[in-house]
Order: sequence, then structure tokens, then C-alpha cells
Amino acid sequence: MTATAENTSKESQASKRPRKSDRTKAEIRLGWLLAGPAFFVMLAVTAYPIAQATFDSLFSFRLTAPDERSFVFLDNYLLLFTDGMFWRIFGVTLLITVVTVAVELVLGFALALVMHRALKSMRGLLRTAILVPYGIITVVSAFAWYYMFDINSGFVNNWLSWVPGIDSDLDWFSNFGTAITVIMASEIWKTTPFIALLLLAGLAQVPDELVEAARVDGATKVQQFTRVIIPNMKAAIMVAVLFRALDAFRIFDNVFIMTGGDANTEVLSLLAYNQSISRLEIGLGSAVSVVLFICVLLMCVLAVKGFKVDLASGTDSSSGKKDGGK
Amino acid sequence: MKARSAGAAAAAAVLLLAGCGDDDGVTTLTWYINPDDGGQQALAEQCTEEADGAYRIQTSLLPMDAPAQREQLARRLAAGDSSLDIMSIDPPFIPELATPGFLAPVPEDVAERTTEDTLDGALAGAMWGDELVTVPFWANTQILWYRESVAEAAGLDMDEPVTWDEIMDAAEEQDKYLGVQGVRAESMTVWVNALVESQDESILVDPSASAEELETNLDSEAGANAASIISRIGQEGLGGPGIASMDENQSMLLFQRDNGSFMVNWPFVWAATNSAAEEGSIDADIPEDIGWALYPRVDPDTPAAHPLGGINLGVGADSEHPELAYEAIECIVTPENQAEYFVTNGNPPSSESAFDDPRVEEDFPMADVIREALDSAAPRPQTPYYNEISESIQGRFTPLSGVDEETTPAETDTYIMEVLRGERLL
Repeated sequence: MTATAENTSKESQASKRPRKSDRTKAEIRLGWLLAGPAFFVMLAVTAYPIAQATFDSLFSFRLTAPDERSFVFLDNYLLLFTDGMFWRIFGVTLLITVVTVAVELVLGFALALVMHRALKSMRGLLRTAILVPYGIITVVSAFAWYYMFDINSGFVNNWLSWVPGIDSDLDWFSNFGTAITVIMASEIWKTTPFIALLLLAGLAQVPDELVEAARVDGATKVQQFTRVIIPNMKAAIMVAVLFRALDAFRIFDNVFIMTGGDANTEVLSLLAYNQSISRLEIGLGSAVSVVLFICVLLMCVLAVKGFKVDLASGTDSSSGKKDGGK
Repeated sequence: MKARSAGAAAAAAVLLLAGCGDDDGVTTLTWYINPDDGGQQALAEQCTEEADGAYRIQTSLLPMDAPAQREQLARRLAAGDSSLDIMSIDPPFIPELATPGFLAPVPEDVAERTTEDTLDGALAGAMWGDELVTVPFWANTQILWYRESVAEAAGLDMDEPVTWDEIMDAAEEQDKYLGVQGVRAESMTVWVNALVESQDESILVDPSASAEELETNLDSEAGANAASIISRIGQEGLGGPGIASMDENQSMLLFQRDNGSFMVNWPFVWAATNSAAEEGSIDADIPEDIGWALYPRVDPDTPAAHPLGGINLGVGADSEHPELAYEAIECIVTPENQAEYFVTNGNPPSSESAFDDPRVEEDFPMADVIREALDSAAPRPQTPYYNEISESIQGRFTPLSGVDEETTPAETDTYIMEVLRGERLL
């Protein structure tokens, strides 16, 4: 199948473009040989499940009532979109995504600047130290944060008892405001290093000559930063934001461990889990998963098309030049 | 490196072969057990020995909490897993597994022999649609635990049945906390169901109804009374500041502290409190201050219906050796083994005669109360849609302070109906 696809694409390309040299052809063949197996594995482990979930989402199907499976077309989606609970959960997920990514971006920038500018000699050590939270398994960090704040075993109430509103009787996980704060704080703590490292890579790619030239022209520190450094690492920033936003939107472990969705902290992934795993409603659960997938896809499209992020070139600073050319 | 991984693979292969077990001609039965103190593993070994080569039982551990056990069993059963020879099943999930024919039928003679002296409450939990679909193994029930000093100060005669109002008043007057389970979990349904059943009412109008027709009866006087008890505990803070995360274990810890007063909980607390006192993590004289009684009544003149828990044994419909599995089950659930399991693991027997074992009386001075409680225990709503009903109740009746006797029961009824008819998310 792919052979024909390859042939047709070759033919159509041949009509438009000049004939490929033997060397180019050999390179393409080698490319397929190298990437082909991975490509098929990806098809098997991602495309197939996605197709299966999309198919399942059109049925009313409960695992413990296999005989009552029936085709309901888009009813599952209709149920989702007409239920206020779905929109509330969607809103919570979006809130977590926006807040955590925004805070992580600011903190990550600060860390990256510190590593880039101030502590050049200790950069290796610092980078390792900063990476520690990111290296911790999410479930483990979620448990650590849970036990820190838990009213029965936690020490935070004791430590922070001088803060107005915090005393030994405060149950962090019993109401939305405090629960979502802890969930977001643990998420931020854990993944800020990721953003910091991506931004550090971006900072390293800003040519020193540009900054120097700006300084010679009399630009202040702030101007150097906002007019020279940031525009030149736009691609790195967008890649960092996009990757983190996709991750944050699919948040599961922290909520699952800390509240299990109590106090209205349920998020989309947890909703999908609850429908397909707890309720064994495969159809409805698949519908939630498909919606989640489409949301993630939309975010990607928006970032790639809207902000012209080139994921393939990663932090390539040439994208800025291209824009300038247009 | 290569040699090591090859070695590991070979070892795994050997283990796998040994697991499949027919290498020495002995059939291996897999028993999916819920986590306990090693009692089921010991019974598996004992029955393997007694079988004398007819079969060998190997155990496989299920997750910690009951809903997660259900998820794993249901998924495996739906996929036709033939390794589910014997399963330890929590009673409320039995109808869901029995309805689609996931459980192998209990042979009549086995049913007869294993339920000869089963306590009524435990037997009810093993049935579905007037048929025995699982074999009762051990039965659990909540009773009322109290601090004798508190009961005395309140002037309550604990030899007579007490009511929820009385213990709530006592806790309020003495500024003490009640041990109840306010966490959003299975224990919430246990509590609501016990309160409703204690008024001779049931949560389900007709258990055999289909999803489209299933109705719940919380919007009733019984439901309102239940809600008013729960809401008073929540609003007056009688369950302590950590009520929203209070599960069985946490409420036991609360009960052991100085401000403990009354607690509804399973019998495991007795062994746990005693060992805590021995280890010195709580005052050594606390066990002496602990008394026990039947579950509190809602209405002073209606006997309380005790919550029912425990484990029943079922055989998977796709098991390759159902006869042997039932043979093994018969070995596991003998009254002597149930008594042994009670003494070693603290889980009460479902068989009445097991309570007569002298070791039981020695280790569990409250065994008589437990036996009486089990005889009047009421199962949670028996329906294939139990999970939906339970989760709806958990969601609507927590946090306790948000429960309103006027609106919560009716809202719960409507919500359950909408969820079951596929009009709402859960």
C-alpha cells in the first residue's frame, strides 16, 4: 500500500519538479528503510487505537452488558456537549492549562536566565539540580504533595500556620480553591525545569553579536531583552509553551491521586477514565477520549499555523529571519 | 549484559511454565484474592495440601480497594480470561458480574453444603435473583464502637440500643468527635444504605428493573431522615475537621485520640487498636475504655440494619476447571477455616457455627455482637448498576456539610435516573 503511495507521490512530484538524481533516490530509499519500521509501529500503536476509539464512541456499549451494545451514532457526543458537567470539567482543565503554563513560563525564564547569565561556571551542576523534580515520576510527586497537604498526615498546615487563613483545621482537598491550588502548584513544581531547559537552549542560540550591537546602539537591559532576545528565541518559546500546554491539558496523575476529582477538580482525562474504566461504559468513555484528542489536535494546529512554530526545526532561530523576509 | 538478560528471560520462561502448572499433572487453579493479612494465601496452601494432588491453588493479588477490584475482575471476565478460577468478590458487585453470565453456576450440591448455617445477612449478599451465584466466605459488618468514659458521662445505657440522635447529642455536649466515614468513597454508600435500611426501607424500588426503569427511593421520609443525620454531623462539625477525607482507617485513628467518642466501623479496628496499644503508638489503657454495641438506630423503635461487607467466592464462566474450582471453594469455606481466618486476619465468618469456635470467643469478645449484627445485616442495593448508584450517592452526599434533607435525596434520585438513562455524565 505504501509502495503505491510512494510511487504515486513520486510520479506527481516528478511531473512538477526536476528529475531526482540517483543519489537523492537512494537517500529517500534509505530514509524509508530507516524510518519505515518506526512508522509502522507508530501506525499500529497510535492510529489503530484512535480509529478503534472513534468507532467505539458511536456505540452505547457497557462492558458488563455485551449483548446490549447498540449503534447510537453521535448520541454520546450529544450527551457530552449538552451536559453542564462536561463544560465545567472542560473549564477546569483549561484553567489548569493556562495558569500552570503561564506561571511555568515566567519561572522557567527566570531559571534559564540565571543559568545562562549568572552562573555559567556551575551550569552543569545547576542544570542537573533543576532537573530533579522533572525526573520524579508524576505519581510519586503527586503522592508527596498529597501527604504534605493532607489534613491527617501533612505538615504544611503546621509550617504555614502564621499565614492568615491557614490553620491545623484547613482541609486543602475539601474545596475547589485550595485543592486546585495544590494540584497546580505540584504541576508547576514538577515541570518548570522542562520549560527552563528548553528556554536555556533558546537563549544559547541568540547570537551574542546582536545583543552587543543593541547595547552599542544604547538599548537598555529591558529593551535588549524584549526587542532582541525574546524575538530571536520565539521558536523556542513556542515549542516550550506548546509542549507544556499539551501536557497540562492531559493532566491526570495529580488530580487522580490528590482528590480523585472531588471538590469539582475533575479534569477531562479523569472524566474519560471514570467513564471507561470505572463505569465500564466503553462508548461514552471513547467519546470523551476522542474529544480530548481533538482538543489536543486543535491546540497543535493553532500553534503551528497560528504562531508559525516549526516543530521539525525546533529551536531554530532562522524562523525569525523567514518572517522578516516575508 | 546480554548473557544476563538471556538468563532473566530463561528464568521468566521457567516461572511461566511453572505457573501454568500442568507439568507434573496437577491442575493449577488461580485464586484472585483481595489484599489481607496473608490468610487467603495460607488457606490456598492448606487446601492444596488437602487436595493431595487433585489441584493446586495459586493466589493472585487484586488491587487494594473494592471498586478497583471490581474493575479488574469485570475487565478480565468480559475479555473471557480463563485464569479466573476462583475470585474473591465484594458482595455489592455480584449482580453486575452475574447478570451477563460472567460467573459459572454454583452446583446445587455445593450450594447446599456451603450455606447450611450461613447467617441471613451474608446469604442475602451472595444471592442474585433468588439464586445463589457465589459462595459466602467471610462476612463483614459495622458495629458501634464507643469510649466507655464518654458513654458514661452522657448517661447512656449501652446495653440498650442507642440512636443516632443520642450519640450526636453526647458528642456535641462533651465537645468530642464522632467516628464516621465522610470521605467520598464506597463507605458513604455503606452509611446511607444502613441509615435507610434501618428504617425498614430500601434505596431501590425494584432491584430487578432494567437501566431504563430502575428507580431509587431516597426522596422519601427515610431518605430525608438519613440526610438530616448526615447533614447535622457535617454542619456541626461533629466528625472533626478532617471529615472530608475520613475513611475507615482515619476515623479509627480519630476515635483513638482524646476527643474520640462513638464510631461506626468494621471489626478490624479491634485488632488494630490493640496492636497500636501494644506498640505504644497510643495509650496502653485505651483498649480498656472501648466498648461495642449494635449499630445505632435511626428510629428508636426500629432495629438497626447493619452494613454488610465481606467476600464471597465466585468461579469465572470461562474457567477451564469449574468443578475443581468449586471443590477447592468447598475446602476454603469450611467453618473451621472461617474461624481460623477470623482469628488470624480479623475477618468475621459468614457461617454461624464458626462463631462457636473457642478461639473466636477468646480473641474477639465482641463476636456475639458481630454475629447478631450479621444476622440483621442488609446488603447494599443489589443491581447490576450498583456502581452508578453508589457513585451518585457518594457525589451527592459529600461534603457532609452540603447535604440538605429537603433537596439532597430528591436530587440524588433524579441524578441516578438520568445517569442510568444515559442523559447525564457521572
